[in-house]
Amino acid sequence: MEKLNWLKSGIILGSVFFIAVLLVKPIGVSTQFVILDAIIGDKINSELITETDDGKIQSTNSYLNKSGAKYAKSANQPLNYSFMFVIALAIGAFISSQLRNGVGQSEKLSPKVWNDKFGKFASERFLVTFVSGFVVLFGARLAGGCTSGHMMSGLMQTSISAYLFTFGIFLAAIPTAMIVYNKSTNRITKRVK
Amino acid sequence: MNIFLAFLIGGLFGFALDRVRASNPNYIISMLKLENLYLMKAILFAIGFASTLMFAGQMLGLVEVGHMSVKASYFGVVLGGIILGIGWAISGYCPGTGIAAAASGRVDAMIFILGGLLGAFVYMLVFDQLMDSTVMNSLFGGKVTLGTIPGSKFEGISTIRGDILGIVLGCIFMFVAYKLPEKILKRR
Repeated sequence: MEKLNWLKSGIILGSVFFIAVLLVKPIGVSTQFVILDAIIGDKINSELITETDDGKIQSTNSYLNKSGAKYAKSANQPLNYSFMFVIALAIGAFISSQLRNGVGQSEKLSPKVWNDKFGKFASERFLVTFVSGFVVLFGARLAGGCTSGHMMSGLMQTSISAYLFTFGIFLAAIPTAMIVYNKSTNRITKRVK
Repeated sequence: MNIFLAFLIGGLFGFALDRVRASNPNYIISMLKLENLYLMKAILFAIGFASTLMFAGQMLGLVEVGHMSVKASYFGVVLGGIILGIGWAISGYCPGTGIAAAASGRVDAMIFILGGLLGAFVYMLVFDQLMDSTVMNSLFGGKVTLGTIPGSKFEGISTIRGDILGIVLGCIFMFVAYKLPEKILKRR
């Protein structure tokens, strides 16, 4: 792995979190997965989000309807700060990676850490990341936020929920990584053509 | 104006995630295995740095306390964290870094996002049942901070002055980031 400067990286990352709170509000990402689901859902079933005669937005889904239908409202008008933030996140990451010539051919389908352990079986990796994505977002919504929104934004505000969340995430993540990516049980693979 | 800020800050965030390699699952897994702690040092420092700037800014009247947004504490926060942690450790992605990784060309991250959309959707469906269960019971009084921050709409679990406490904690986070060794467990 390249030798990177943790201090420089910490300052870069911390500055962005600070700028967000300075100019608008703390950073958060996982909610927008719900919003995108709602947008797609409403396209398929227009009854999902409706506007009453006196301009009130409401949804048939209780999660979208909670807290004054804030998620329903956001999905109804995606041209809002939070949703556009995530679109811009993707663009920013794209630009940064293009400036360093992308992630490289060998990393495109699955990362080295996976390949070293399980071999370059892309379809297995895809199945696993699909399920992981499911698990991560379900967990994030249950917790009310993800690593950006709950852990980083939360800890920087001395939020108690952030400490609870951080406790939970590392309690699980550290042993899981150690077990799943345990070197002593590496699969020995031969590339079969 | 809001949309302009969204693109500015969101773009910076995505750029930063890629730059510092937070969207690179190799670094995430290496951190979680406690082998290479570069990312942990960066993350801890970032939290401390941002926190110190924010609370110092509040005390100087330069940062609006009203911009803060504190989440509720309830049992689901811990349980959700555990569930998320499992998925994070297996894939090396979380919602934000997954998007950044996909945008940087990682196809497995794109699949991660698809799975994520399904996971969020299923949550939307089962929320009704969860709403009345004990998992939603408030802990510590809901949306609370460690100290009581002057001018904030969130209560503190202690009467310690929240912004000063925030700066102290911020400095502690930065110090811990500095003190953490780059490697704990050597690669076997």
